[in-house]
Amino acid sequence: MTKQKILDLYFLEARHKLIELAAFLDRVERADGQEDFRLKSFRAALGKLKSKQSTTEVLLAFSDLTTKPIAKAAGKGACGAFKK
Amino acid sequence: MKYIEPHAHMVSRTTDDYERMALAGCEAVCEPAFWAGFDRSSPDGFHDYFCQLTEHEPKRAAKFGLKHFCWLCINSKEAEDVKLAEEVIALIPKFLDQPNVLGIGEIGLNKNSRNELRVLEMQVELAAKHDQLILVHTPHLEDKLKGTRLILEVLKNNRHIRSERVIIDHVEEHTVEMVLDAGMWAGMTLYPETKCTPARAIDILEIYGHERLWLNSACDWGVSDPLAVPKTALEMKRRGHLAGAIEKVIFANPKKFLQQSGKFKI
Repeated sequence: MTKQKILDLYFLEARHKLIELAAFLDRVERADGQEDFRLKSFRAALGKLKSKQSTTEVLLAFSDLTTKPIAKAAGKGACGAFKK
Repeated sequence: MKYIEPHAHMVSRTTDDYERMALAGCEAVCEPAFWAGFDRSSPDGFHDYFCQLTEHEPKRAAKFGLKHFCWLCINSKEAEDVKLAEEVIALIPKFLDQPNVLGIGEIGLNKNSRNELRVLEMQVELAAKHDQLILVHTPHLEDKLKGTRLILEVLKNNRHIRSERVIIDHVEEHTVEMVLDAGMWAGMTLYPETKCTPARAIDILEIYGHERLWLNSACDWGVSDPLAVPKTALEMKRRGHLAGAIEKVIFANPKKFLQQSGKFKI
């Protein structure tokens, strides 16, 4: 596919998602209380958008990069960002 | 366009979903054993679930002309209790000769704990002992990268496991390459919010090619779409993929892998 065709297919959708993302960050900024490790990971992931393989880099920014199994599973869920 | 749904939790879906899938061109649906959204209190709960997958669900699918196949295991979310897992694993061999059982799955990891890893090793050994195909669940979100690495280590360390008989599911951009490099198959799960979107799954196909990759909806009791595979086929068409390439990914590829079981006939 040409760049032009990809833009024709996905530009509006990507623009919509970018504005949603900006609105999310504004919403967090306006809110009271403390932010947590998830937002820190989020901001780190945003910094990866200019890299060559940005999808992989963004996924890695949220990932647990340790290599050893944990002693015990405390729960079942995942929250989307690794707490260092 | 005909397609195979290689990963769907139909016990959690309505009869209407079977009808919609059949109308969309689905020829067969494959159902791995998974977490029911709550922990079962005893091995008896799993026994009943295995009966549901091997006896009852195929009849429900057949009403819409769909063939139903399944995979059996104890899932990773209930694998922290090793004693329970041992008792459930002991139940599995007597079900393996059922005509719709394709192998052991979806085994894997959830939070990457030692006990989960121990139970994974036991089930890989079970598959090796009974010469079964393996379907692997990789962890969610932040746990996926580490879990996929640990899972590949377990599989590579068992000398009886042949890589071409293993599918590692729920791959994303940061895990697909290591799975394909290990000689295994990779499944892309199409979810609205987590895992892959149709657009990203097609990106992966465009980057890595069409060999040893399949698409699935993994539709279950959560937010998911039983028509995600045909919708992705439509997206491939919009992006200019040829009919033959689409057919390979949504029909020929899963058929090729699943036929290794000797039971997958459509």
